Amino acid sequence: MVTIQRNDLQTLFDALERRGYRIISPTVRDEAIILDTVHSADDLPKGRGEEQSAARYRLNRREDDALFGYAVGPHAWKQFLYPPVQTLLQARREGTSRSSGEPGFALLNPEGADEEPAMAFVGVRPCDLAAIRRLDAVFLQGPFQEPGYARRRSRALVVVAQCTAPSGTCFCASMNTGPSAPDGFDIALTEVLSTGPTVYLAESGSERGAEILRDVTCRPSTSEEISAAARAIESAAGRMGRHVDLDGLSETLRRSIEHVRWQQTAQRCLSCANCTMVCPTCFCSTVEDTTDLTATIAERRRRWDSCFTLDYSYIHGGSVRPSGMSRYRQWIMHKMSTWVDQYGTYGCTGCGRCITWCPVGIDITQEVAAVQHPSIESVTPPRENVHG
Amino acid sequence: MANAPDLMAESAVLAEAPDPMRPRLFRIAKFTHNTHDTFTVALEDLETGAGIGFRPGQFNMVYLYGVGEIPISISGDPQDRSVVIHTTRAVGTVTKAMRSMRKGDTLGLRGPYGVPWPVDRARGRDVVIVAGGIGLAPLRPVLYHCLAHRNEMNKLVLLYGTRSPVDILYREELESWRARFDLDVYVSVDRGMEGWHGNVGFVSTLIAKAPFDAGNTTAYLCGPEVMMRVCATELIKRGVPDHELFVSMERNMKCGIGFCGHCQLGPVFICKDGPVFPYPRMRNLLSPWEL
Repeated sequence: MVTIQRNDLQTLFDALERRGYRIISPTVRDEAIILDTVHSADDLPKGRGEEQSAARYRLNRREDDALFGYAVGPHAWKQFLYPPVQTLLQARREGTSRSSGEPGFALLNPEGADEEPAMAFVGVRPCDLAAIRRLDAVFLQGPFQEPGYARRRSRALVVVAQCTAPSGTCFCASMNTGPSAPDGFDIALTEVLSTGPTVYLAESGSERGAEILRDVTCRPSTSEEISAAARAIESAAGRMGRHVDLDGLSETLRRSIEHVRWQQTAQRCLSCANCTMVCPTCFCSTVEDTTDLTATIAERRRRWDSCFTLDYSYIHGGSVRPSGMSRYRQWIMHKMSTWVDQYGTYGCTGCGRCITWCPVGIDITQEVAAVQHPSIESVTPPRENVHG
Repeated sequence: MANAPDLMAESAVLAEAPDPMRPRLFRIAKFTHNTHDTFTVALEDLETGAGIGFRPGQFNMVYLYGVGEIPISISGDPQDRSVVIHTTRAVGTVTKAMRSMRKGDTLGLRGPYGVPWPVDRARGRDVVIVAGGIGLAPLRPVLYHCLAHRNEMNKLVLLYGTRSPVDILYREELESWRARFDLDVYVSVDRGMEGWHGNVGFVSTLIAKAPFDAGNTTAYLCGPEVMMRVCATELIKRGVPDHELFVSMERNMKCGIGFCGHCQLGPVFICKDGPVFPYPRMRNLLSPWEL
């Protein structure tokens, strides 16, 4: 474990840029903390915190100079590993009519994707690292592997920021995905504010990470700093705004397919798909086919999709899930029950985004609790849900 | 997620693998209209001039230039690798566009995908094939397989139900099968019409009439979900063990290989865990409303 002074954190960014990485980290844009390309430690959301509750997100100013003093914003890392729109195929028509004898088309060669620089994700929260590892299972576990995801993921460097600033909608401690990540990263930072000037405790989790850390200005951590970091993480675990009881959860939900709660929630749900767009593990996609005006060039594009749309389940004759009830149920069942059957983990990492960004404040933790504990089914939502 | 590091170690190699979303191009070697709304294409690989190896029950993703891509079951003879055969009904954007294609036209194919019918299970047993409507198409390869390995099984029974006499698929082939002494073919229509002297009624009504030893039977079912549910119930009632029933499922698919999420039914992905499932695995998923 080494300690990086606040002012020396730039040497980490320099070390990454020298190696040709495109650095992506949290940064402030339009009064939200988003993920985007940065060049310097000064691009991090310095001294910014946030307030999150159901259907509410506000940035505020902290009294310190923390660079990681917030939980997670609306962006997730999936947009870099599995972009929202990807061209799958381009084809060119060959032969204009059947009488010409060769009515057909040819596939065009894909553009050189290896031109993209490797990405370094800096400031990945443990919940979001867990989300990336869930996507690894979806796209790499097989029987088929997604080559674009595999290429981007294998080249990406992950610098975790252990979480010391959970928000009101966080519940990673319940989902066993945080607030600290024990492995799966190249470098892990812990921000320590309590021992004097702000410092970052750093550890490497891979050869690649260790090699980069050797280029960063740092010194061995003191035992005082190490215990302060542990206390900060422990404190974060106790400040989660939400909680989920995992005891028998996937099994309970499996037995609750016909539960009355889904009907009730559907009356509030707008089927707007916000939850699926901000969810760091939602991976569904659709494909759209287009041609130019003369139909000489055809293109197939893969685009993020949501199980909340009617088209999603369309087969001849209509949608399999025409009602909002069945679509909401599909989403929550997948996150909290059937994902376990499919991949051996929950599909939810407890990041809280779906609660914060739901326009009507539907709270996944309350929804599962209502099914698990029928006695609290009719309890009114917490006051903060009735915002405005 | 104990296996995550292994996945990562592999992914550098995987990044070099061919893109499974990229189709191969095939030419329509033969185009046949079957009924007023069903048709069959026989396809040859543009490069090799041949078909593909597949197992009964598998499907291909079929791409039409500029229109779209859909899953279609393979309905040809698994022993015949000279062409790929697909029979489908013109009901959606892609299948309607496909119906206006002709011999010589080009389309894209990815596959074969999916878990096949467990045809080897039928060794030494009676085989009952229950098809509803276009559900006969994904079952035809089972029949071809059984006829090619006729000595390995006892009775072979096909129960086929469709809407009306004009909707009978593969009519000439059904008539020639019916003339055989080693295959019992029963056909029923939901609605009769003038000139029809065969069975009228739901396909499930044929189950009681057909000659097979229920306790020693393996059955393969494909058709609308309600038809499979009712027929499975009837077969079980007659004494076929429920684990000897297999059904083939259909859902929206955009990729066919587990990436797009669309084909989920409860815990299963129809594309990679199916489309063929043992009936006990589907029983509880066929009943809930809009699952």
